[in-house]
Amino acid sequence: MSDTLYLITLFPLVGFLVNGLLGRWISERQSGLIASLAVLGSLLVSAQLLLGLLARPAEDRLFVQLLFAWIPVGDLNIDVMYRFDPLTAVMTLVITGVGLLIHIYSLGYMRGDPGIRRYYAFLNLFTFMMLNLVLADNLVLLFMGWEGVGLCSYLLIGFWFADEAKARAGLKAFIVNRIGDAGFIIAMVLLFHQFGTLSMSEMAGKAEGALVGPNFFTIVTLLLLVGAIGKSAQIPLFVWLPDAMAGPTPVSALIHAATMVTAGVYLIVRNSLLFSLAPTTMATVAAIGVLTAFLAATIAMTQTDIKKVLAYSTISQLGYMFMAVGVGAFSAGIFHLMTHAFFKALLFLGAGSVIHGLDGEQELGKMGGLKHRMPGTHWTMLIGVLAISGIPGLSGFFSKDEILWGAFIWHDGVNWIWLLGIMTAGLTAFYMFRLYFLVFHGPARWPGDTQPHESPSVMTIPLTLLAYLAILGGYVGIPEALGGINRFHHFLAPVVISYHTAIAAAPNTRPLELLLMAVSTVVSLGGVYYAYRIYRVQPALAEQLARRLRPLYGLSRNRYYVDEFYQAVVVRPFQKLSGLCWNWFDVRAIDGLVNASARSIARLSGVVRQLQSGLIQHYASLILLGVIFIMLYITMG
Amino acid sequence: MVVPLHHIIAISGLLFTIGVVGVLFRRSAIIVFMSVEIMLNAVNLAFVAFSRYHGSVDGQVFVFFIMTLAAAEVAVGLAIIIALYRNLRTADLSEIHELKH
Amino acid sequence: MTASLFYLFAVGLLGASLFVVLNPNPMYSVVALVFGFANLAAIYFLLEAYFIGALQVLVYAGAIMVLFLFVVMLLNVQSDADHPSLPRVFRIGSWWFGALALVFIGLFLLLVGRSALALLAPSEVPPTQIGSVSQVGEALFTRYLLPFELASLLLTVALIGTVFLAKKKI
Repeated sequence: MSDTLYLITLFPLVGFLVNGLLGRWISERQSGLIASLAVLGSLLVSAQLLLGLLARPAEDRLFVQLLFAWIPVGDLNIDVMYRFDPLTAVMTLVITGVGLLIHIYSLGYMRGDPGIRRYYAFLNLFTFMMLNLVLADNLVLLFMGWEGVGLCSYLLIGFWFADEAKARAGLKAFIVNRIGDAGFIIAMVLLFHQFGTLSMSEMAGKAEGALVGPNFFTIVTLLLLVGAIGKSAQIPLFVWLPDAMAGPTPVSALIHAATMVTAGVYLIVRNSLLFSLAPTTMATVAAIGVLTAFLAATIAMTQTDIKKVLAYSTISQLGYMFMAVGVGAFSAGIFHLMTHAFFKALLFLGAGSVIHGLDGEQELGKMGGLKHRMPGTHWTMLIGVLAISGIPGLSGFFSKDEILWGAFIWHDGVNWIWLLGIMTAGLTAFYMFRLYFLVFHGPARWPGDTQPHESPSVMTIPLTLLAYLAILGGYVGIPEALGGINRFHHFLAPVVISYHTAIAAAPNTRPLELLLMAVSTVVSLGGVYYAYRIYRVQPALAEQLARRLRPLYGLSRNRYYVDEFYQAVVVRPFQKLSGLCWNWFDVRAIDGLVNASARSIARLSGVVRQLQSGLIQHYASLILLGVIFIMLYITMG
Repeated sequence: MVVPLHHIIAISGLLFTIGVVGVLFRRSAIIVFMSVEIMLNAVNLAFVAFSRYHGSVDGQVFVFFIMTLAAAEVAVGLAIIIALYRNLRTADLSEIHELKH
Repeated sequence: MTASLFYLFAVGLLGASLFVVLNPNPMYSVVALVFGFANLAAIYFLLEAYFIGALQVLVYAGAIMVLFLFVVMLLNVQSDADHPSLPRVFRIGSWWFGALALVFIGLFLLLVGRSALALLAPSEVPPTQIGSVSQVGEALFTRYLLPFELASLLLTVALIGTVFLAKKKI
């Protein structure tokens, strides 16, 4: 069984090579088909492996395949070894499943683009790297995948690189991620220094009861957290994700919503043992997560670009996942990761469909009234909006409430993390329905010569499938309080550490849990109601509110001036410093030194060069000189 | 033979120096070449003198070989001068700086 | 008697060599060199190196110098008519080149002299006869047989090389 593990990554790799190297000789349609088939192959293998896992007893659910020794240097032994456990199974299926739908969707969305083979090559490379990331047993291999997806993200954000703004956005994403990666690398070095291995399964055996300094785990996990923050766009490194929307919309759906940005969450959960040994870090993770969730939600409320709204929504939801893992509800974090992948991919693809139908228009202000023009997109998007808003019965409800429940019992009762979390839930419902109403209802605001049209079925079918997933995806984890058995939680249990097993199992919490669910549902419905009031019933109200709350509105509208802050505090001084280094140190000192040595050599050469007259007698006289020295040596010496 | 050895060696040295001057200062390739022959003969003279005064025939055998070599060298060297002259239309060494390039 | 003859021939040799170096006309130089080599051959005879003396006349004064003469006439090298020989000749580099070279030559001469004096010269001449054809021949064909054969090979190579170089087209 476990010897088919390599097939999961082999398919996308082959797809990448075929599209990347032989793209010239295959047609546009073949290119897309090859790429989609490659992902389909991975999906089928993953599904088969999942069934294999489920057939085994809970404690024995692990497949391992050693492919080859990658870097054997002294004490450092890095193997390319894949590991397929419940956590990997969830991640792999999300990546290949959602990935496949997005590959298919791209057939319609990217039709006619001259760079389509490059597009599919990158997409397959991304899938390969992402699968490596989640399958890796070794931190170094994980890091390769980590950097690989970062690279693909950069390549795909700047896919239309002829537009300088888009190329810059790709660069920004890449550079901001580098900051996080520095933390990751330092953490790896520390871990290797301490444990003598970078294999996560070996490390787990040594971590507990290891004789280390009291702050060792705190430092290491904080450094890992820096990496996770960069990748998952948390405060303070979230600025790259909104700009990343410059890429094609399916890319935003796959990389910047469903998969890559969740790698930070995955990293924390994968190393949950290390993190659980560092309570300080856990608290930091929770705080960062909930603050990000809340602030991003407030920003999303006022954005006017449909993809920017979704981008901030993604940051907000990633903050939710961080909050979950921070309070120790690791399985809830992964659960939300999965459901979020479904409904956010759905929302992005729906937005892509809208943009496609409006010939590239992204401004909410120029949409409206599309309900009847694009019925398929409308209904599927509505499901996505309901799911993310946490309306009972859809997937988002289950995962979100599990997180909130985890936050609630984190400190045995009402605490600020839970409060901010539940407020964010309300805000989420509000801004998602704002988006929904602005796009599909109200008067049509698009220019007269545009003819909005429903997208081809190659795009709507993936939307429909994702809509089903967004509804049904939550039912694998129905909590005990609602009479379920929370299969998802038990499936992941062998892999992740859970703080709250004891509390969750206590019988008397059930009424409390139900009460909290009711509270959060009411808050969400409240958000929906206000969105309805403001954007549907009295459209003028939005203007009034904006005017009355001008300072707050401006703050949110301008994204809390974080970009401007970085520009002023980091980028400008850095540019000035660079300019100084360049103008003074480089030009004068280094160039001066180089030029001086060059000039002195040239001058010396000018002297010595005269020896090279080409006249044989000059050479002969030099021979004579040498002979004289030899004779001097013999007679005088 | 009553001539002291160092007189003969001094004559050999003078002869060699004359050859050196010719090699260094003359511009005609042929004269330079002849000066080289003078230098060779200066060496030959020293060889023969030592051979005589040390009572060993080896020095004269060396001279024999040097003469053989000189014959070969002159043949090749003069051929080179002819080829040079044919290609560059001159045998003036101050005008030939092919070595520079 | 032999001593004065030796000095006579030595003066002839040095004088002829100086003429070769200082004279502007290559024709005269060649003839002067033939004369100088004849003097050298005479010195060889005085040193009882009869075989070498004979070779000097045959090979040097004869064959080699004829070759020189032949080339001089073939090329018709006029001794740089517009260049007076010596003063200009010194200008091959520049004045400092000449000065430097002269200093070196003086130093050289000094050192040659010192070296010669440093060699403890046996003033008594051994009585043995060593310069006869039979003795040189015996050494050549016994101890120096291999170099002798190699010398013939060298001459063959030189022959081929000369033919190749002197061909019209290179």
